[in-house]
Amino acid sequence: MPSGAGSHNPAGIGRSLPERGLLLLMVLVFLEGSVLPLGAASSPDIRHQENVDNHKAADPGHNFTKKAFPVLDLDYKHIQTPFEISLWVLLASLMKLGFHLIPRLSSIVPESCLLITVGLLVGGLIKLAGEQVPPVLDSRLFFLCLLPPIILDAGYFLPIRPFMENLGTILMFAVVGTLWNAFFIGGLLYAVCQIQPANPNPLHAMELLPCLLFGSIISAVDPVAVLAVFEEIHINELLHILVFGESLLNDAVTVVLYHLFEEFAGAGTVTVMDGVLGVISFLVVALGGVLVGAIYGILSAFTSRFTSHTRVIEPLFVFVYSYMAYLSAEMFHLSGIMALIACGAVMRPYVEANISHKSHTTIKYFLKMWSSVSETLIFIFLGVATVDGPHAWNWTFVTVTVILCLVARVIGVVGLTYVINQFRIVKLTTKDQFIIAYGGLRGAIAFSLGFLLDKNHFPMREMFLTAIITVVFFTVFVQGMTIKPLVELLAVKKKQEAKRSINEEIHTQFLDHLLTGIEDICGHYGHHHWKDKLNRFNKKYVKKCLIAGERSKEPQLIAFYHKMEMKQAIELVESGGGVKLPSAVPSTVSMQNIQPKKPPPAKPAERALPQLPKGREEEIRKILRSNLQRTRQRLRSYNRHTLVADPYEDGFGDLLLKKQRMIELEKKIKDMSNYLTVPAAPPDSPTMCRARLASGKHIHLSSPQMQTLDYSTSTIFTRQDKTHPVANSTHRDQTPTLSQHITPAATDISPPPLMEICLHVTAGM
Amino acid sequence: MGSSSSNMNHIPNAQELMQETGFSAAHLLRLYERFEFLDRDGKGELSPDDFEAVRELALNPIGGRIIEAFFPQGQETVDFASFVRVLAHFRPNDPNRKDGAQQDQANSRTRKLKFAFQLYDQDRDGKISRNELLQVLRAMLGIQVTEEQLQSIAERAIQEADLDRDGAISFDEFKKSLEKVNIDHKMSVRFLK
Repeated sequence: MPSGAGSHNPAGIGRSLPERGLLLLMVLVFLEGSVLPLGAASSPDIRHQENVDNHKAADPGHNFTKKAFPVLDLDYKHIQTPFEISLWVLLASLMKLGFHLIPRLSSIVPESCLLITVGLLVGGLIKLAGEQVPPVLDSRLFFLCLLPPIILDAGYFLPIRPFMENLGTILMFAVVGTLWNAFFIGGLLYAVCQIQPANPNPLHAMELLPCLLFGSIISAVDPVAVLAVFEEIHINELLHILVFGESLLNDAVTVVLYHLFEEFAGAGTVTVMDGVLGVISFLVVALGGVLVGAIYGILSAFTSRFTSHTRVIEPLFVFVYSYMAYLSAEMFHLSGIMALIACGAVMRPYVEANISHKSHTTIKYFLKMWSSVSETLIFIFLGVATVDGPHAWNWTFVTVTVILCLVARVIGVVGLTYVINQFRIVKLTTKDQFIIAYGGLRGAIAFSLGFLLDKNHFPMREMFLTAIITVVFFTVFVQGMTIKPLVELLAVKKKQEAKRSINEEIHTQFLDHLLTGIEDICGHYGHHHWKDKLNRFNKKYVKKCLIAGERSKEPQLIAFYHKMEMKQAIELVESGGGVKLPSAVPSTVSMQNIQPKKPPPAKPAERALPQLPKGREEEIRKILRSNLQRTRQRLRSYNRHTLVADPYEDGFGDLLLKKQRMIELEKKIKDMSNYLTVPAAPPDSPTMCRARLASGKHIHLSSPQMQTLDYSTSTIFTRQDKTHPVANSTHRDQTPTLSQHITPAATDISPPPLMEICLHVTAGM
Repeated sequence: MGSSSSNMNHIPNAQELMQETGFSAAHLLRLYERFEFLDRDGKGELSPDDFEAVRELALNPIGGRIIEAFFPQGQETVDFASFVRVLAHFRPNDPNRKDGAQQDQANSRTRKLKFAFQLYDQDRDGKISRNELLQVLRAMLGIQVTEEQLQSIAERAIQEADLDRDGAISFDEFKKSLEKVNIDHKMSVRFLK
């Protein structure tokens, strides 16, 4: 019997009780998985037969011998399918847990390799037990259930700006690169198969078209594999988006080529007319997919405009619309992946402006969860299917395929980069080219496409599958494992932490305007010109339609600024809140951890408890929460690992440092005459109306979770101490004696100071 | 190439300009054509009105500043050489070129940043004061935000960037705050290669 996953090192873990418990759990799951189906019945057919027999026996006479009433009965067949599915998912998740408990292992071997190994083991076990291995990597299951979550996750969090800026490059790699790969591999394979006419070779039966078909299946870079491996190596954004974008966009090419060659493999020849139709088909597939996705995206954005009263089902719209976009595209044989990407990318800015903070968090976590489980399952299934699948090993074919894949990729990348660099401002260096070439991983999509092949048309199907699996294994294991040390060795630029300061934000926008102006002066309708036009169009028409209420008017800079203020306020509170002013210290605490894990120290609790009337209190909370959501717009969380690690935990040391600095600065504050002001919004402004609308049910004041928000409000409030000398005269006389204490809502002429702050914070909406 | 070389003769000091700015002959020619197009009354010089005739510049929040950047030190007109020199700042940095001191190249990172800095710093005192920053913010954000918000943002920006606590942003602080941004990419117009 297995003792958990084969890759566990029993010496490393198992020392502590919880880890032993986890190990035990995994063992139990394995046992359950393998023993139970055996115990219940030996095979589904026999089970079914038995049932039928039973019924037949029972029907003729009602007065059969009465058995004792079964108190406990085992009816596996009843729940078999959902049970097995759940078991697989549970296994996948436990594996993920297990891998991260072994620190050394997860840094050397990428997760994908480990998962495939686990799959191999599980498959081997099932085979040993004599059971028929379930056809887990059934193409329908793969394409309809396993693939969409990953792609949606990628599409929803796609960083649009770098993607658009490099779109030309990405398209070149995706379209031309994949075509080149397909024809090069297919053609040369055919040539190789034809050599040695003297020795009778099963390969001689291969014709050109099946070879080309095989070439087109194996040539596409796989997004799942790329995501899985690239996430762990944290290379710079440019390379990541190039390889990842290529893996997404080449789906259209793959779809067209696959269908083209599959159709014509039957016919045997391809004419020029077919070629032309193929090109047209490609355009239809690609653009059609994007169009379908965009339509659903807009529908989703529009729907989200009206969900202010039913916040609970907001995430559902996002998921369902996206999935329907995928299915609709697949229905027309358009590119489902591109539809999904387009849908996610189009709807995101509008949906995020409309939905509540909680919904946003829900969407993010659900997407990450599903895509994570999906990816894990895919790799495990790859392993299982390898053990199961009918294999026809042919040394020549397989080795030539592997070599050709590598060679084609390298030649393709180098050649294309040479051409592309003529048009790029920031050229791709040799190091970049190497990483791009090396990152061309193949994965489960290739395998599933191979699986779909019809045995009658393609007698060489098993050989194809074997070769595909070998290539996938090679790329995932060899390339996946070695890419991290290579990145270190070559000193490729790593991803920079996204700690943008407000200066960067302002200056970047400034430079955008500047460049647009210069382009206009030069009379050149370049990148910035069209981007500017698009932004204007967006602001004028689209945002009004798709975003509810006053949010449509908020400029990006304001949103960013508010986010930073929020960050700092909460950070201040977390660090013990000893200072009045969260002055010049730029915040680096990620906003992902709004509810801190450590309970806030007791002292600030006593000092900072606001005494506001409940109604206003929770209006404030609502506003704050809705503002915290703004932070999402800037978070580049397309990396699954950004959710796994908790940057807040890491940054606690920084917080203590900051606290010290803040105390120093507090002394300086007294001298500073300029200050963060707290403006008031006029009472009938849209912001006030929205704030009023946003107030919903009362939230009990003393609940511990709320206290963190209390502190943040109180901290913001404390900034009120001194007001800017030339501040707007809507500030009425306020009690200037506030330090960390908050007096009861002082005046009621206009909204109390605390409310003001929060309204100020939402004033941009 | 006969016609272009005859056109090149119209351009005064073509060779020197090419040397100084790093533009190729083809680019210089294109810019000269654009210059002539903007110069509606054929004076051989551009005045601010000619720039303002470019429609899109009117929509640009900092359009006025950009126009002013072409007219240094209160000059009324700008000739072709100055026009080209300003635009040379936006030439993409060519990492493979190895002629002369890279630092002095018109399109080096420092020079690009200096150009941007001067757009902020209208009074040319070498620092971006609060007011100057406020003016830029006001121009960019327009009527969508209140005065207090602008003040807060300006305040915050200065606090973040101002390392020597003098209440204004010097050129070095400006450079430092943009050290993570790929200026070559952000301040290069692809047309000018």
